[in-house]
Parts: sequence; structure tokens; C-alpha cells
Amino acid sequence: MKCYIGIDLGSTTTKAVLMDPDGAVLGRGITNSRSNYATAAAVAKQEAVIGTRLTLFRRGLGEIGPPELMDAFMEDLEHSFRLEQFLEQAEDLRVTCNGFAEGPRFACKEDAATEAVDEVFRRLGDEAPAMFAPGAQRKSDFFRDIAGSRFMHIGEEVAKDAGLGFDLLLNLYDKSIIEVENRPPAGDMAGKFQRALERAIADVPELHADPETAGSAMTGALDVELEEDYVVGTGYGRVTLPFPKEHIRSEILCHGLGAHLMHPETRTVLDIGGQDTKAIQVDPDGIVENFQMNDRCAAGCGRYLGYIADEMNMGLHELGPMAMQATKSVRINSTCTVFAGAELRDRLALGEKREDILAGLHRAIILRAMSIISRSGGIRDEFTFTGGVANNEAAVKELRKLVQENYGEVTININPASIYTGALGAAAFARRAVAN
Amino acid sequence: MSDPRTPDVVKEPSMLKQKAMIADNYERLTSAPEAGRKVASTYVPGNLNELIMCFDLLNNLPEINAINNGMRRKSGGMIMEAEKMGHSEDVCTYVKADIGMMAKGNIAPNGKPLPDPDVLLLSYTGCFTFMKWFELLREQYKCPTIMLHVPYEGDGETTDNMRDYVVKQLREEVIPTLEEVSGVKFDIDRLREYLAESARAEDNHVWVLESAKSKPSPIDAYFGGVYYIGPIFTAFRGTPDATEYYRLLRTEIEERMAAGKGPITPEGEMTEEKYRLVVEGPPNWTSFREFWKMFYEEGAVVVASTYTKVGGVYDFGFRHDPAKPLESLADYCLGCYTNRNLPWRVDMLQHYMDAYEADGLLVNSIKSCNSFSAGQLLMMREIERRTGKPAAFIETDLVDPRYFSQANVKNRLESYFQMIDQKRRGGSAPAAA
Repeated sequence: MKCYIGIDLGSTTTKAVLMDPDGAVLGRGITNSRSNYATAAAVAKQEAVIGTRLTLFRRGLGEIGPPELMDAFMEDLEHSFRLEQFLEQAEDLRVTCNGFAEGPRFACKEDAATEAVDEVFRRLGDEAPAMFAPGAQRKSDFFRDIAGSRFMHIGEEVAKDAGLGFDLLLNLYDKSIIEVENRPPAGDMAGKFQRALERAIADVPELHADPETAGSAMTGALDVELEEDYVVGTGYGRVTLPFPKEHIRSEILCHGLGAHLMHPETRTVLDIGGQDTKAIQVDPDGIVENFQMNDRCAAGCGRYLGYIADEMNMGLHELGPMAMQATKSVRINSTCTVFAGAELRDRLALGEKREDILAGLHRAIILRAMSIISRSGGIRDEFTFTGGVANNEAAVKELRKLVQENYGEVTININPASIYTGALGAAAFARRAVAN
Repeated sequence: MSDPRTPDVVKEPSMLKQKAMIADNYERLTSAPEAGRKVASTYVPGNLNELIMCFDLLNNLPEINAINNGMRRKSGGMIMEAEKMGHSEDVCTYVKADIGMMAKGNIAPNGKPLPDPDVLLLSYTGCFTFMKWFELLREQYKCPTIMLHVPYEGDGETTDNMRDYVVKQLREEVIPTLEEVSGVKFDIDRLREYLAESARAEDNHVWVLESAKSKPSPIDAYFGGVYYIGPIFTAFRGTPDATEYYRLLRTEIEERMAAGKGPITPEGEMTEEKYRLVVEGPPNWTSFREFWKMFYEEGAVVVASTYTKVGGVYDFGFRHDPAKPLESLADYCLGCYTNRNLPWRVDMLQHYMDAYEADGLLVNSIKSCNSFSAGQLLMMREIERRTGKPAAFIETDLVDPRYFSQANVKNRLESYFQMIDQKRRGGSAPAAA
């Protein structure tokens, strides 16, 4: 089957969307950009291919039960696959760590260090299924984040029990993680899918999926040859992508088109990404008419929240939910990220509650975006909000409030897949490039 | 306005000529004390070069020094020097580059120190910062300072009253002070001769700018344009050198046009003209080459720009006129681009969009220049509405290297060019006027 791929190389995450010749999205993939766009692009693409296999599997299997059971089964299947992938990469990390346990620093401690590493990964393997269970809360979905935070936690206990300095284990981890991260799990795809399938069948017995039928549907899905007809890259890392200039589109155009494809009545798009905020006006065909971006300063972008999360020693995903607990909003400077950090400390010292301060920070980010929107020509109905920050409920709440105050009743679209908007537009450009 | 690190391409005779003119002028300026010559410092907009020459004064232009320092990547250090002295981060960076240059010994591009001016002549007050700048220079040099008050054209036209007011100041204030400083008696016939020489160069200058109406355009009217305005806006207007420069330039461009050639860039000739743009606002000088490259790499040619009118809007008919010497100097000061009101500037941009068959308007908004930047977003909207053509807005600075974000500007420009492409394919119509 011919397929069209859009890759959006953002400053924080890299996204890929795989589209079929009819324009239907078959799979999506996301990974952290890890200062290595070539790997990030490869991983995101592989993830989109995995998503595509799952879509093809569901198509091949057919709806063998009520929709909610099918959804639960597919969700379980995906989570199980992620777990398989995680275990494979964790094993790679274990072996790599042990490979570094040598030299003067480890003199006479090689065996103890290796044993400790093995123990850390044994425990990590034990707790992994729970981390990947449907509905489990994770600070991040990326291997580096999950493995890193668990390694710190478990490693400290294990080192203590073994009478080893934790710094030894940390040293092994630090030496290994970048290498492992840039070597994404790619081995034995079929085996991982089949093992995940077995888990999912066992986890959702109510569906009564026949293992043999499901297994051959899986084999069928894996056998479909996915022929990359055209790939379009966008985002900050686009120039580093290993394909020619005609295959590169500006993210402004990709976001405009992507938002139009998700919500065809879209006229104004707001995208808040890692390091830029874009306000885009599009015509009824999704063609960009005007745009504005943040200038010379990334205050008001996703990184603003990332910085605040670091300052507060919280996960980025945790900020929004905490801000939703606020009973009031503390006024925070919106023009400088670093100053906002200082203000945050100042407010904490004055006894303000963390949730109220966070609510103020979310408001600050959206105020900044409102200014950029107004410079691009204001908000027209319908209004589509995309980018990583669109997943943050507290940011969305402030946005709704400010849109209502400034522009009255406007339909606001926030797509659950909004983080893929740019990649979707890029995939559509890829498809059009061939069609034209 | 010339880059001393001139492009590594075949130099056309006009380029060599201009380079020699600029080098000679810096030589004359830096050797003024030994030669017993006196020096006037003045600005580009509304500069009275012909009048200055009537008193055998040399003309030193601090803005041009700042641009030179910007292109030679020296302005950053000078600006920091000025900030150390207490000048705010938000002040016009030309001013700070100039102040910093003085603090560092006022060394001209030829490596020799520039002499202190004998007189400061402010002949355009449309930019309030200019006045403050000259106040600082007056404090520094303690020399006679002439401030010619030029009323703002708030209603979009030069009235007789305005002209009379400026002429009166020229007669009663400017000329007597220049006589006193120089010891040379004013001779109006000498002024007439210079003005006649100016007009000759001005005709060819306008022809050059308007050559961009042809397709492909043989010139880039912004990045190339800033070189073409060099002689006419600075210490050469009214000299046979300037006349000769524009004659040479015109001949070269006539040849390019006849051969159907595009503009010359630092990396050679542009072969494909994909986008024709009108640009509003000054260029960035500290990354001038990188900035230009973002255009020519994508096949974008600037066919008309407002920045090339800061020292006089010649393409709307103005010429220095020997028959009305002081009146035409007054009209010149009153008519420079940033002294025009916003509706006039919008009309001018619209005219450029139409007459030069441009694909779009690009605004380069300068952080530290309110003379240009105030109202630019509104102007852009109005042009979009009137022409139905796409416009874009980028932000850089004049000579402060800290305010040129390469990735950001490139990102916006690429998006803009692709937007033009997309619009072309999608088709669009102007909004009803």
C-alpha cells in the first residue's frame, strides 16, 4: 500500500502521521526530539507505522464485539505493545550499563555493580506492567523519562542494600542512556505484536477473541507492505531531515492545513508549541492568509510551563490539573519566563498557594497568546487550538474565558490529537504533492 | 552605505566607483585637520549636502558610520560600550553605535580617527531621537549646533506655510551660522550649480529604481537598493562623482535588462525570479548578507522598498531645482519618507504593489526605530485589504546584533514564501474597497 508521511520536528517532541492514498490517517507517532532529529524522525515514523499496523489489524479482524469492548481491547493491545517495547529497551539499557562497569572506578566492584544493575532492572521489569496498564498515570510516555525516573528511585534503594555508592550506578546510567535512546527498539516487531496480542486477549476476556483468528489478522496486518510514496517534513528541525527541499514545508502552512482537516470550519488557529506560539488565519480551504509568531522571546510558549514545572519540581503533565484546583488566580508577569520563575518563588514566600500561582501562570501564557492572535487579525469563528499546550486543561480554561471576553461566542475546537496537527498537515501536503 | 567587505563576485564599474568614492571621503574626513578643512556632522534624511558644500565643509554622517560599523560587525561592541556609559537598551541603536564609536576613539573604516565636527547640522527633526542624539553630540563636542525645525506632514502634503517656515530658518539661522563656522560667504549661484548637478544624478537614480518594474527585475530594490542610494543620500549628492556613478549604474542595468538578467547577489546572478516583493522598513545591517541570502536563495526579489526613500522620495517627482534653490531644499527636508503621514505611506505602498506587480508586502519592523515602526501593522493590514495580496511581518534591528534571530526570521520568511505559493494556486481576490 502506498502511504504518505508527515513529520513535524518540534523543539520538544517529534510527531509523525501516516496517511493512506484516500487521505485517511492510519497511524500517529510521537517521541522526544532528544537533540537528534534524525533519530527522532526515525522513531516517530516507526511509531506511526506501529499505529498503522494496529489500525490495519482492527480492520482485518473486524468488529467482533460491541464498540466499547473493541475499544478497550485495542487500547489494551496498544498498551501491551508499549510494554513489550519498554521491556526490550530496558533490556538494552541493562546490557549497556553492564558493559560500562569496568575500569579503575569499578576496581573490585565490577560484579557487585553488575549484580546491582541486574537487580534494578529486575525490579523495573516487575513494575512495568502496572505502569503500562490502561488508565495508569505517567509523567511522560518517553522511555528516557520513565526509565530515568524509575532508575533513580530503584537504584538508590538497591545501591543502599548492596552497600554500593549510588553514584556508581548513576554513572553507568548516564553513560548509557543517550546511546540507548538513539537506538530505538526495532527488533522482532512481529514477536512483540503477537506477545502484546496474547496479553490483550487475556486482559479482555469478555470479548472472547479467538486467538487463532486474531493471530492471523495480526499476521495479515504485519504483512501489508507500506510503501513510502512521499514524506514531508516540517518544524524547527526540518532542514536537518535527510530529504530534498521540495519535501519541506513551513509549520505555519502545515498547522493551517492540519487544523482545517481536523475541523473544516476553522478560520483562526492558535498553536502553542515548545518554543513558539503561532496565530494563523486560514481561508475556507485551509490556505494560510496571515500569521504572527512570538518575536525574539519564548515567554508564553510551552517551554515557559516546562521551566515552571522544573522550578516547582513537578512533571509538566501535573501543572494543569493542579492549576484546576485553584480558587483564585495570582497575577504573574507574562513577558519573561525567567522573571516568572522569580515571581513564583516570591509568591510562594508570601504564602500564596501553589495552585493559585499556577492558575496565574496559565493565564499569563494565554494572555501572551491573545496578543499574538490580535496582531494576526483576531479570532474568527471557528477557532482551533493546537500544540502541546492544548492538552493542558488549565490553559484551555483560561483561553475559553479570554476568548469569550474579547470575541464573544466562538466555537473553540480542541482535538484530542491536536499535538499531531502539524504532522497531519505535512502528510496531507505529501499526498497532494503526488496527486498534483 | 557600502559594505567594505564587498561581495566576492565580479565587481561592476559602478561598484568600484562607489567603493572609491567612499574610501576617498573617509580619507578626506580623517585628514581634515592636516588639510585645514572643517567638518559638519549631519543626518541622511533631509541632508543639505549641496548647502554644506557651499561652505567648503566636509560632510560626516553618523548614521552611515553606524551602518558601516554594523556591516563590519563592530557595532555590537560599540553598543555595549554605550550601554556601559548609561544608555538604555531600548534607545535607537544607531545612536548607541555612534556614542560607542566615539568612546572607542571614533575610528573610521580606514583605521584613522575621525575629526571632531566643527558644526552639528540637524536638518530633519521628523525623528525626535535625532534631536536627542545631537544634544548628546553637542555636549560631547561643544561646537555650534544648528537645529532646523522641519514640521511633520500630518495632513500628507507640504503647505506654503511649512515651506516658508523652513526657508526662513535656512536664511536666518542655518546659512549665517555656517558662514560663521566656515568663514566662507554664502553664494547662491554656487548652490544652484550643485543643485543642477544633483538633479542630473536624481533622474538616473529614479530610472534605476524603476527598472525593477520589468520582469525579471534587473535589480533588487532593497538589498541592492541600499547600495544604489549611497551616493545620492550622502556626502556625494551635487558632485560630478555622483552623476558619473548613476550614469555608470544606469548603463549596467540597461545591459542587464536587455539581456533579460536578474539582480546580482553576493553569490552571483539570480537566475529565477519566483517572488516579487515590496518591503517596508530598514534592513538589518549586522546580518545583512545572511538576511539577503534568505531572499535570493528562495528566488525572492524586492522590486520596491520604502527604505530607499528615507533620504528623499524622488520617484514621486521631487527634484532639487536650481531655479528655486532654498525652496527646493525645504521641500526636500519636508518630503523625506518618515516625515510623511501614515495614509500617505499606505498609498505609496499600494502604488508600489500595483506599479511593480508585486506578489506581496513584507514589513521588517525595527525594534529600536519608532520613526519607521509605529503603525506598521496597521499599514500592512490596509495593504492586504486593498490589494488582496499576502503580507508578512518580521522583526529585526538596525545595528544591534543581539536582535537578529536567524532561525526565527528564516522560519517566517520561508512560511511567507510558501504562503504566496499556496495563495497563487488557491487564487484570491481583493476585498471590496
